[in-house]
Amino acid sequence: MTLRKITVLSTICLFAVGLLAGPALAFEGSYKVGGVFSVTGRTSFLGDPEKKTAEMLAEKINNAGGINGKKLELIIYDSEGDATKANLAVRKLITQDKVCAVIGPSLSGTSMAVVPLAAKYKIPLVSCAASYKIVWDDKESKARKWVFKTPQTDTMAVQAIYTYLKKKGVNKIAVLSVTSGFGASGRGELLRLAPGYGMKIVADEKYGPKDTDMTVQLTKIKGKNPQVIVNWSVGPTQVVVLRNWKDLGMTSIPFYQSHGFGSRKNIELAAGAAEGVYCPLGAVNVSELLPDNHPQKAVTMQYMKDYAAKYNEPLSSFGGHAWDALELVADALKAVGCDKAKIRDYLENTQGFVGQHGVFNFSADDHIGLDKNAFQMVVVKNGDWALAK
Amino acid sequence: METITFTGQVFQYLVTGITVGSVYAMVAVGFNIIYNVTEIINFAQGEFVMLGGLIMVFLHVAVGLPLILAFPATVALVTLVGVLLDRLAINPIRRPTVLSLIIATIAASILIKGTAMFIWGKDPFDLPAFSGRDPIIVLGAVIQPQYFWVIGFLVLIVIVLTFFFERTIIGKAMSACADNPDAASLVGIDVKRMVLLSFALSAAIGAVAGITMTPISLMEYDRGAMLAIKGFGAAVLGGLGSFPGAVIGGLILGVIESLGAGLISSGYKDAFALIVLLFVLFFKPSGIFGNIEISKIKRF
Repeated sequence: MTLRKITVLSTICLFAVGLLAGPALAFEGSYKVGGVFSVTGRTSFLGDPEKKTAEMLAEKINNAGGINGKKLELIIYDSEGDATKANLAVRKLITQDKVCAVIGPSLSGTSMAVVPLAAKYKIPLVSCAASYKIVWDDKESKARKWVFKTPQTDTMAVQAIYTYLKKKGVNKIAVLSVTSGFGASGRGELLRLAPGYGMKIVADEKYGPKDTDMTVQLTKIKGKNPQVIVNWSVGPTQVVVLRNWKDLGMTSIPFYQSHGFGSRKNIELAAGAAEGVYCPLGAVNVSELLPDNHPQKAVTMQYMKDYAAKYNEPLSSFGGHAWDALELVADALKAVGCDKAKIRDYLENTQGFVGQHGVFNFSADDHIGLDKNAFQMVVVKNGDWALAK
Repeated sequence: METITFTGQVFQYLVTGITVGSVYAMVAVGFNIIYNVTEIINFAQGEFVMLGGLIMVFLHVAVGLPLILAFPATVALVTLVGVLLDRLAINPIRRPTVLSLIIATIAASILIKGTAMFIWGKDPFDLPAFSGRDPIIVLGAVIQPQYFWVIGFLVLIVIVLTFFFERTIIGKAMSACADNPDAASLVGIDVKRMVLLSFALSAAIGAVAGITMTPISLMEYDRGAMLAIKGFGAAVLGGLGSFPGAVIGGLILGVIESLGAGLISSGYKDAFALIVLLFVLFFKPSGIFGNIEISKIKRF
């Protein structure tokens, strides 16, 4: 034998051994689940933790023996926050990869772009985006048959805040909002739901997403003497507005932020101005604070530990939306296998599913599955979250 | 909670407006320096402001340099970026036209913004206020000590620049380039060097604006474009190329925004400033301090 032949033979042998030794657990086939997230681009702060969470979860499920002895095969594409790319990715997942269900996309915009595909190919889609329009057809005023979603909506955040304010005996509020999609949508809900809770809105002020100072808006609010201020924005403006609020000596008027405030980074950036500020947050943000008898205590603590161990970075609440979506689908696969119509029916009838962002109860009319109880009212105390009493 | 009087409210709007306007004015002055020497609008002007803020955060907060050292170091670094912008993007263009130069500055602004995003990420950054955060209360209005720094630096810049352009030989040489570059080079002025100097100078002023505003409004990688638009509006309002015009234009813009938002509607804040801008340009197309005769011989 020449040296060359020996090399070739031994290479083949090595490959053969590799192939045999590869799968540590023997799976009989696999269940394919597709994921589409904004992993890169401007909205990567949503997609990146979602992708990481989904991958972590799939690994965990497979290490525990998979679903019904089958491997959970996760196929994830990056939409880059682009509606066209999201649409192409979902199309590819359905027609080429032949997945059983799709989770994602991450944004309301990209989700709306793929909603028609779910109906066309009759495949269950569990979106990780906020808008209720993803699951609700306004024209026909009924739930979209094939689409579900896991995040809470603006409406629930507003309801959570108003319920809390009512309990505190507040009825005169000032509304502040940013003029972006997030702010406009939140402002709409604040105004729409106010009469039902007996709230009188004495000021309705706005600012731009790139504004550098909100002293003017706050001064105007100060003149109207509200009992509390409710602010709806994301990004640096929600921090700047807090500093202005403190500088103007308005801390005697309690300040309420939207669920967009749910990052410890914001407390840090506010440089002390966030003290005493209220906001509604999902259980996943405050798992350590929950009482031991809280239904979500166990799942949120577990997720926080696993995520920190695997990625060595703090948990983002957005990853929790992907956790909820994938676990819901995995549950359905376990119960009914890869039958799209049956998965859909199973999802729609899911009751009491304990997730990261709440306890889900779906029905034919409700494909969101959550209510205002999915939010805890939280207050900033000594530079950290504390449950508001 | 004491109630606030109407006078107090208006005074508060004025104070805020003047502070915000001072930042616009600094950006506008930066536009004018480059415009005067090269006749181009430097669209990367807002990026200098952003870099000023972020580099200052890095040196002062992350590295831990004291304020007195971090401030000049930041200005020097941003000035270096201005110099590089001229050497790498403006100077090498073989047959410069106003349009190709402006396009080069747009490309540079996208590049700088992208690089800043890679270095600092997308989160906003905070800088401690220079002299604490205990507000001073005048007539029921609240004045942050940092406001005085912003306004003070604007005044300082105006004084230094006036002296520079009217009393020093280099300053006069730069003004000569502005009047007529061909004649200036005939009398022995190195026009290319003056262009380099103008980029360095306006980068330095941008950095000062960024450093002084960050403690008030935080800073993140994509803040530049909006500031450039406001600063450009201020420069046009005052008359492109006029330094008193830039300062007055910036302050007017800031005060109108603030009063409009406070007294009428905060949702239309940006619209008030633009309406006034259009109105002024309609009656005096060269801006408040601009000269129609001069603007006719300019290429842009």
